[in-house]
Amino acid sequence: MTGLLIQGASLFGGHSADIRVRDGVIAAVGSLSPELGERTIDAAGLVAVPGLVDLHTHLREPGGEASETVLTGTRAAAAGGFTAVHAMANTSPVADTAGVVEQVQRLGERHGYATVRPIGAVTVGLEGRQLAEIGAMAHSSAAVRVFSDDGFCVHDPLLMRRALEYVATFGGVIAQHAQEPRLTEGAQMNESALSGELGLTGWPAVAEEAIIARDVLLAQHVGARLHVCHLSTAGSVEVVRWAKARGIHVTAEVTPHHLLLTEELARGYDPRFKVNPPLRRDDDVHALRQALADGTIDIVATDHAPHPDEAKQCTWAEAANGMVGLESALSVVQLAMVETGLLDWAGVARVLSTTPAAIGKLAGYDAPLEVGSAAHVTLVEPEARRTWSTEHLHGRSVNTPYTGRELPGRVVHTVHGGIVTVHDGVLGEAESIAALAKEALRG
Amino acid sequence: MKHLLSTRDLDRATAVRILDLAEDMAHTADREVKKLPALRGRTVVNLFFEDSTRTRLSFESAAKRLSADVITFSAKGSSVSKGESLKDTAQTLAAMGADAIVVRHPDSGAAHQLAHAGWIDAAVLNAGDGTHEHPTQALLDAYTLRARHFGAHSRGRDLAGLRVAIVGDILHSRVARSNVWLLTALGAEVHLVAPRTLQPHGMQSWPVTVHEHLDDALSLALDAVMMLRIQTERMHAAFFPSAREYAREWGLTAERFARLGPDTMVMHPGPMNRGLEISSAAADSSRSTVLDQVTNGVSIRMAVLYLLAAGSSGEPA
Repeated sequence: MTGLLIQGASLFGGHSADIRVRDGVIAAVGSLSPELGERTIDAAGLVAVPGLVDLHTHLREPGGEASETVLTGTRAAAAGGFTAVHAMANTSPVADTAGVVEQVQRLGERHGYATVRPIGAVTVGLEGRQLAEIGAMAHSSAAVRVFSDDGFCVHDPLLMRRALEYVATFGGVIAQHAQEPRLTEGAQMNESALSGELGLTGWPAVAEEAIIARDVLLAQHVGARLHVCHLSTAGSVEVVRWAKARGIHVTAEVTPHHLLLTEELARGYDPRFKVNPPLRRDDDVHALRQALADGTIDIVATDHAPHPDEAKQCTWAEAANGMVGLESALSVVQLAMVETGLLDWAGVARVLSTTPAAIGKLAGYDAPLEVGSAAHVTLVEPEARRTWSTEHLHGRSVNTPYTGRELPGRVVHTVHGGIVTVHDGVLGEAESIAALAKEALRG
Repeated sequence: MKHLLSTRDLDRATAVRILDLAEDMAHTADREVKKLPALRGRTVVNLFFEDSTRTRLSFESAAKRLSADVITFSAKGSSVSKGESLKDTAQTLAAMGADAIVVRHPDSGAAHQLAHAGWIDAAVLNAGDGTHEHPTQALLDAYTLRARHFGAHSRGRDLAGLRVAIVGDILHSRVARSNVWLLTALGAEVHLVAPRTLQPHGMQSWPVTVHEHLDDALSLALDAVMMLRIQTERMHAAFFPSAREYAREWGLTAERFARLGPDTMVMHPGPMNRGLEISSAAADSSRSTVLDQVTNGVSIRMAVLYLLAAGSSGEPA
C-alpha cells in the first residue's frame, strides 16, 4: 500500500501537524516532507480527530435490506466521519447466534468502509425470555463484546440480573434499552402537556428512569458493567450521576437528536420526528448537554435507524420509530456542544471515538492520532455551513429530521485503517474500497 | 378558511361567524324545499376509517342539503383493510375530483397530515382524529348552548359569562379537547371534572378549572353540564375500579340531576351509556339537549362545508 501524508491538519483543533500513514498505521506525526510516491492530502484549515466510532447503528442486514445494508450503512458512516460502527442485533434473523454475527462482521470487512462490530442479542429473538448464546457469539470470529436487545428492554429483572452476570464472564457489557414496557403501552411521544393537547399517548420519563435506577442497582449488586442506550431525560442523568458517584460501573450514551431536537416538533404530526425514546423537553436537552460535557454521559451514539418511505408516509401512530443519523451526527454535535462552548474538539474525540471504542472493547482507538496507532482519521472543516437535505445522505433511507436546518461543519476526508474512504467530501467507489480492504487484510 | 382541523385555529370572530352561518342554514330546514344550491357541482368525500354511523350521516345530510355530490368511503371491507395507506386512499379520492374531504380516523393527527403533508390539495375537514380533536362536535355544542341560552337573540353573540362543566374521560376525548379551545375562545368559563387517571398529563396548564369530584363542580351555578361517554374498553384498563364506582362518583345520577339548577342544560355527544355516565332521568329530561345537538350538527356541518368548499367568502343565497 502506498503511503499517505496528511498535511497541516489541526490536531484536535489545536496545533497543526502532518500525519504520515504507512500500512494502515500512523507512522509519524510532526513537520514532515512528502516522500517520493506518497499520496498527499492538504488538510490546511481542517481539524483532525480520530475516526469516529458509533456504538449504536442499525445496519438492517440481514432481513431489512429495503432500508439499509452493511454496504450502504457503512458508506453513510464513512461520509459522516465514522470508521467503526456497532451493528444492532434487531435484524431478521436476529443476531442471536454466532452465524449471524460472523456474517455481519464479514460483510463489513469485505466492503472496507468501516469496521463493523456486531452487537449480539441478549435474549433469543429479542423476546426477553431466554438468554441467547452469548458465549458462542463472544468466542466467534466476530468476538462480540456488546450485547443488547435494543428496541426492546430486558425488563424481566431476574433475566437482566443473569444477563449482567453472564456477559461479565466473557468481558462483555449489556447495552440496555431502558423502557418499562407497561408504562409505555401504545406510547407515541414524550408525556407532557403537549402530548395531552395533541392526543398522542405519552411515553413518561419515569419509564426510562425507573429501569435505569433498577439496572444500576443490579449492576452494583452483581459487580457487572452496564451501558445505558440513548439516555433521554434530565431524571436519567441524575440517576446515572448518582450511580457513578457510588462507583457503579455504568456508562451512558446520548443521541445527536436528543441533544438538539425537542418534543415541539411533534406538533405537525410529521413522522420524521417520531423516535424511541421520544424527543423530550427543552430542559431535558440542556441537562443532556451538560451531562455530556461533565462526563456523566460518556458518549454520543447515533441510533442510526433507517426506514423506507412507506414507514414514514403514514399517520404518526402507524409510523416506525427512528431517524437516520450517521451523516449528520458530527455536525449536530458541533452545533449542540462545540459552538455552545461545552466541548472542544478533544472532547468530541473523546465522546465520539475513544470512549465508545473503549466501551465496545474495540482495539486501535486508545492512543488517538499517535504514532503506532491504527490510521483512523477524520478531517473536518468546522467553518463549513450546510442547509441539510437528503442529498447529504448516502444510505438507502432518507428519514432525516434535519432537512432544511442549517448545520455547521463538514467531513472532508475519512481515513479508515489507512484507506481513504472519503476524499474531498466524495465517497470512494465501492469496488476500489473493497479491493484496498482485501489488500490490507492480506497485509 | 382552507381547512378545519382543530378549534385552536378558530378565533372568536370566526367562531361566531360559523355559528351565525349555521343559524342561516337551520332556517332552510323550515323551508318547503330544504336544499340550497350552494355546492352544486362540488364533490364532498366522506372518508371514514372508523365506524361512526351518526357522524357520517350528519355530514352526508349536510352535504346533500347544499346540493354537493357526496361520495362516502368507509374503510371497513375496502382497500384500506387490504393494506392501502392513508396517503394512497386520499390521493385516489383526490384524483376523483374531491373538493373537500371529511375525514374520521382512529389516529390523532391524521386530518392534519392530509391537509399538510403535500399529498392532496382538497380542503380537509376533521371529523374526529384519534384522541385529538372533533371540531364540528364542539361547534355544534357551542351552537346548542347559544341557542338555548339566548334563543331568538343569539345572532352575533359569543358565550361570555356562560359556565360549562365537562365531565368524564377527558384523557381519551377529542370532544373535550375541541370544546375546551372553542368554548374558551367564545368567552365561556370551562370546568373539567375527571378522576386523576382520566386527566391528560399537563391539563392544569389548559385555560380551565380542574375538579376531581363531580359534586364540587355541580355546586357551582352551571349553565350546562356535558357528560362524556365512557368507552367500555377503558373499564378493563385500570382507569377506575368498576362501572358501578364510576357511576357513583362521576355519573350524573338522578340524585345529582335533581340538585342541578332549573336552567342547567344536560349535554352529551352521544351515544350515551345510560346508567353509567348519565341516568335516564337526566337524559330524558326537558333540560337534556341531546336531540338538539343532533339536529344542530347538520346545520353546523352545512356551515363549515360551505365555508370550505364553496370557494368564496360570501353568504349563501
